Amino acid sequence: MEAPLVAPETRRERLRLAFVVNGEGRELLVDPCKTLLEVLREDLALTGTKHGCELGECGACAVLLDGELALSCLVPAVECEGRAVTTVEALRDGPELHPLQAAFADHGAAQCGYCTPGMLVAAKWLLDRNPAATRDDIERALAGQLCRCTGYLQIYEAVEAAGRVLRGEPAPGPRLPAIVRGGAHGRSE
Amino acid sequence: MAAPSDPPPGGASFGVIGRPLRRVDARAKVTGETRYADDLALPGMLHMKLVRSSVPHARLLAVETRAALAAEGVRAVLTGADFPVPFGILPVSQDEHALCTDKVRFVGDPIAAVVAVDERAAEEAARLVKVTYEPLATIASPEEALATPEPRIQDHGDGGNVHKAVAFDFGDVPAALASAEHVFEDTFFYQGSTHLALEQHATVAWLDPDGRLTVASSTQTPHYLHRAAAKVLGLPPAQVRIIATPQGGGFGGKTDPFNHEIVAAKAALVTGRPVKIGLTREEVFFCHRGRHPVLMRLRTGVGKDGRVVGHSVETLLDGGAYGSYGVASTFYTGALETVTYAIPRYRFRGCRTFTNKPPCGPKRGHGTPQPRFGLEVQIDKICEKLGRDPAEWRIENAVAAGSLTANWMMVRTTGLVPCLEAVVKASGWKERRGKLGRGRGLGIAASAYMCGAGHPIYFNDMPHSGVQLLLDRGGGVTAFCASTEVGQGSDNVLAVLVAEVLGLQPGDVRVVTGDTALGPVDLGSYSSRVTLMMGNAAVEAASRARERLAAAAAARLEVPPDQVGFGDGRVFDVGDPGRSMSFAEAVQRAEAAGGTVGTVGSYKAPPHPAKYKGGGVGPSPAYSYSAAVVEVEVDEGTGLVRPVKVWIAHDIGRALNPILVRGQVVGSVYMGLGEALMEEQAFRRLPERLSRALVHRSPSMLDYKSPTGPDMPEVETILVEDPEPNGPFGAKEVGQGPLLPIPPALANAVHDAVGVRVDEIPVTPEKVRAALRSADRRAGPARFPAVPWPDALIVPPPWEGGDGTAVNEPKKRKGAERHPEAVKP
Repeated sequence: MEAPLVAPETRRERLRLAFVVNGEGRELLVDPCKTLLEVLREDLALTGTKHGCELGECGACAVLLDGELALSCLVPAVECEGRAVTTVEALRDGPELHPLQAAFADHGAAQCGYCTPGMLVAAKWLLDRNPAATRDDIERALAGQLCRCTGYLQIYEAVEAAGRVLRGEPAPGPRLPAIVRGGAHGRSE
Repeated sequence: MAAPSDPPPGGASFGVIGRPLRRVDARAKVTGETRYADDLALPGMLHMKLVRSSVPHARLLAVETRAALAAEGVRAVLTGADFPVPFGILPVSQDEHALCTDKVRFVGDPIAAVVAVDERAAEEAARLVKVTYEPLATIASPEEALATPEPRIQDHGDGGNVHKAVAFDFGDVPAALASAEHVFEDTFFYQGSTHLALEQHATVAWLDPDGRLTVASSTQTPHYLHRAAAKVLGLPPAQVRIIATPQGGGFGGKTDPFNHEIVAAKAALVTGRPVKIGLTREEVFFCHRGRHPVLMRLRTGVGKDGRVVGHSVETLLDGGAYGSYGVASTFYTGALETVTYAIPRYRFRGCRTFTNKPPCGPKRGHGTPQPRFGLEVQIDKICEKLGRDPAEWRIENAVAAGSLTANWMMVRTTGLVPCLEAVVKASGWKERRGKLGRGRGLGIAASAYMCGAGHPIYFNDMPHSGVQLLLDRGGGVTAFCASTEVGQGSDNVLAVLVAEVLGLQPGDVRVVTGDTALGPVDLGSYSSRVTLMMGNAAVEAASRARERLAAAAAARLEVPPDQVGFGDGRVFDVGDPGRSMSFAEAVQRAEAAGGTVGTVGSYKAPPHPAKYKGGGVGPSPAYSYSAAVVEVEVDEGTGLVRPVKVWIAHDIGRALNPILVRGQVVGSVYMGLGEALMEEQAFRRLPERLSRALVHRSPSMLDYKSPTGPDMPEVETILVEDPEPNGPFGAKEVGQGPLLPIPPALANAVHDAVGVRVDEIPVTPEKVRAALRSADRRAGPARFPAVPWPDALIVPPPWEGGDGTAVNEPKKRKGAERHPEAVKP
C-alpha cells in the first residue's frame, strides 16, 4: 500500500502535480496551499518569475498558462494539473536572446530588472497574438504590469522595436536624449 | 596625470563614455537570471515570520511564545529579550531594537520572530504568539505631537515628542523682510509617500562552513548594515559578511539597517541553519522610511527689481516612530534652499516630531522635494504679482558658478541656466504659456541636488568609496567594490569607467560588487553619490593600472610612457598606432616587470566651508541642476489633472551612457508625477469599537495609487553637458535630481490652466475642485502651528564677514578659515 502523501515534518497533506513547464514534463508533490508562483520559484527553482505583491496587483509574476497570460500568484498550483506553463526562462531558445529580450537590453527597458520577466512574458503574449501591435495596443496589454524605475516609456519603445524585428522590418535604435553643451562651468554662452 | 574630466590625450575621443551601449547587467536582467535576495535558496534553509504589533502605541507586558515553539516544524522563536542592544542608521539615534523590548510604537512594529521548516509553518506558529499590551495614547500627527509631550514615543530627542528642532539665521532676515518692497507668505503641505520598489525586502542569513556569518540582503547600504549587525549581535565585524544582492528598486527604501535583517542573522546563529525572510507587501509598507509629510511656511521678501532680499523657511516634519535618518532629513528640508537662486539672507527653522506611524526616512530627493515644491510655487506667485515671466525670473536670479551661498554651500559648477533655457525653447514656453485656452496650461520649475553627501553617516576620516582592480594574464580585468546595484546602473558605471581608462569595452570588465568581504567599502547607494564617488575611485585605480602597463609597454615600444595609448583592447605608440600590442600582452609585460598587477583607488569628498554645527548636511562635491516644463489638461468638472507632456533638462556634467541617463530622468519624472498627482502614505484611525488604532490607509499596491503606463505622458529629455571638475570624466548624478522640479511644475501648470493654486501635494481632483469653488481660488493648509524653536545659530553669510562658523556656537571647531573665493551669488 502506498504511504500517505504527507510532509514528514509538518504532517501536512501533499498533492501530486504533473504538468508541463517550459516544454518539459514535471511531476512533483506540492503543498495544496501553494500558488503556481510558489511552486515555480520554490519547488522548481525557476526564480525568473518574480513577485511584488502576491495579490494580483503588480503583474511581476506573469506567466503563460496554456498560452494565455496569467498571474501565477493567483493560480493554485494544483489547478495546473496537465496544463502547460511558460516562464521567462523559456523565452529564448538557446543562448541567443529573444528579440524582445534583446530590445529590452538595448533600449534601457530593464533598470532594476525586477518587473522585466513579467513585462517580457506579457509582451510576448501580445506580439504572439498581434504581431502588428501599435503603441496603443502595447500600452493596453501592459497596463497591468507595474514598473517603478523606467517610467514605462523605454519599455514601450523596446516592445515596438522587437515587434519590428519579429516582422522583419528595420528597427530603430534606442531613443537618445538631446545633448546641449553647457558653457564653461555653468555660464551659458 | 590628466584630470579625470579630460578626454584621452592625442585629441582622441572617448572609447566608451557617452556611447549608447547595453548595460553590463542587461543580459541577466532580461533572461531572469539576476539573483535578487529572495531568489536565493540554500540546503536546509529555514523560514522566518515576524509577529507585528496590532496596536500603535503600548507597553509590552508579556510576549508568550511557548505554544509557537511547540508547534509543528518550529525551530526557534525569538523576542526582544534576544536583542538588548539597540541600533539605528545615525549614531545620534540608536533607537531601534531588532524586536521590540518594552514598547511598541506603531502598527507593524516587530515583536517576535518564528523560525520554522517552511514559510507556512512559520506563519501558522506566529499566530500562536500571544502579546499582552498596555495601551498608551496614540499620537497621530505633528500637531498632536507638539501638543502631547507625554507619553513620549522615544526617550531621546529635543523634549516631549519633538525629535529634532533646529534654527539658523544666515543674516538678519526679519530686517530684510521689513525693508522689502513685497513680502510673500505661503503655507504648503507635501504629503508623505513610499518608495514602492517592486521587489519586497528579503534576507537570507547563514553560517559559512568556517562558522562565520553571512547575510545576503536587499540593502542599499551593506557597509552600514555590516556595522549595525555586528553591534547588535555582539560579533567582531570581521566575522560578519554582508552581501547586498542586486535590488529590484530601492529609491531610499532599503537604506536603513532593518530589524528583519538582524533577526534573520540572529536566527541563523541560533539554529546553525540558513534562515530566510521575505517580507509581504504590507510589511514593506511598515518598513517605509519614505518621504516625510512636511508642513511648511515660506516668507520671501523681494525688492523693486524682483530680486530676493530675504528668505525664510519653516518646516514641520511627521517623522513616524523612530529616528531613522530623521536628523539629516530635518536639515535637508533647509540645506539646499539656497543653491538655485541668489538669496542674500536666509532663515531656516526645522522640526521633526515623533508619531505612532512607520518611520519616515530618505526617499529619492531626501527631504528636499518638499521645500523645493514650496519655493518653486512661491516664485510662480511672486512672478504673477510682479508681472514677470517665471522662466526669465529664474534665469536672472540663478546662482552663478563659483558661488558660496548664504548658508555656506559651495556651488562650483551649475547648469541651471542652460537647463532653463533648454526647456523654455523646447516647450515653446514663450509662445504657448497662458495661451492654451481654459483647462490647459504650462508650468515651470527648477531644482538642484547633491552628487553625494559630503560626509559619511558616522564620523570618520576614511574614504567614501574604494575600488580594487585585478588584471589577469589573459587580459581580463576584475573590479571589486562593495557598491550596491539597485537598478540605477552602478555596476555599469564601474565597468565603463575602468574600460575607458584602460581602452577596453565594458564587457571586458568583470564587476564584483555589493559584498563587504570581497570589495573595498563603498558607503552605499544613497545621496546620489555612487557615480561621483565610486567613479572617482574607479578612475584612480584604473589610472594606476594604466601607469604600470604603460611603463611596461613603453620599454617594448621604445617610447616614453606618456606616449603609450590605450584603445580597442590594444596598447600602442600614440605617434605610430600601428606599433602596438594586445592589452593582454601589456598585462603580461607589467606582471613580469613588477609582479602581480593589482591596483586600488579611493575617493573622499573634499573639505567644505560650512563649519557651523549642522553645516555637514548639504555640502557636496558637486550639485546637479534640473529644470522642467509640465503641460497639463485640467477637467474643471471632475478636477482631474492629466499631464500631457513633460520637457525636462538635466545638468549631467557628462553622460557616461545616454540610455541609462535618460532612463533615470524619465524614471524620476514618473516618480515625481506619482507624488504630484496621487501617492499618499496616509493613515486613518479605526473606529472606536476597533480600538481607534492608527493604521495605514492603503498598505497594498492596488490601494496605494501609483501611476501606471497609460498615466505616463510623453517626456522629452535634454541633457546639459558641462563637465564637472570633481566628477569622473566630468559626470554628475542623475538618479534623484530630476524628480524635484516635477511636483511644483505641475502645480504651476494647474494654475496656468484653470487659475487656481493647489498649495498641497498630491494635487488630487478633490483639491482642484475645492480650489475652484473657494473664494480665494486656493486649496492648501491654512496655518502653520506654533513650534518651540530653539535659539538660532547665527551664521553670518560670506558677504557679511562670516567665516562659516556660528558667532554664538558654544564649541567652535578648529580649522575654520576664511574662504577668499567666496563671492556673493
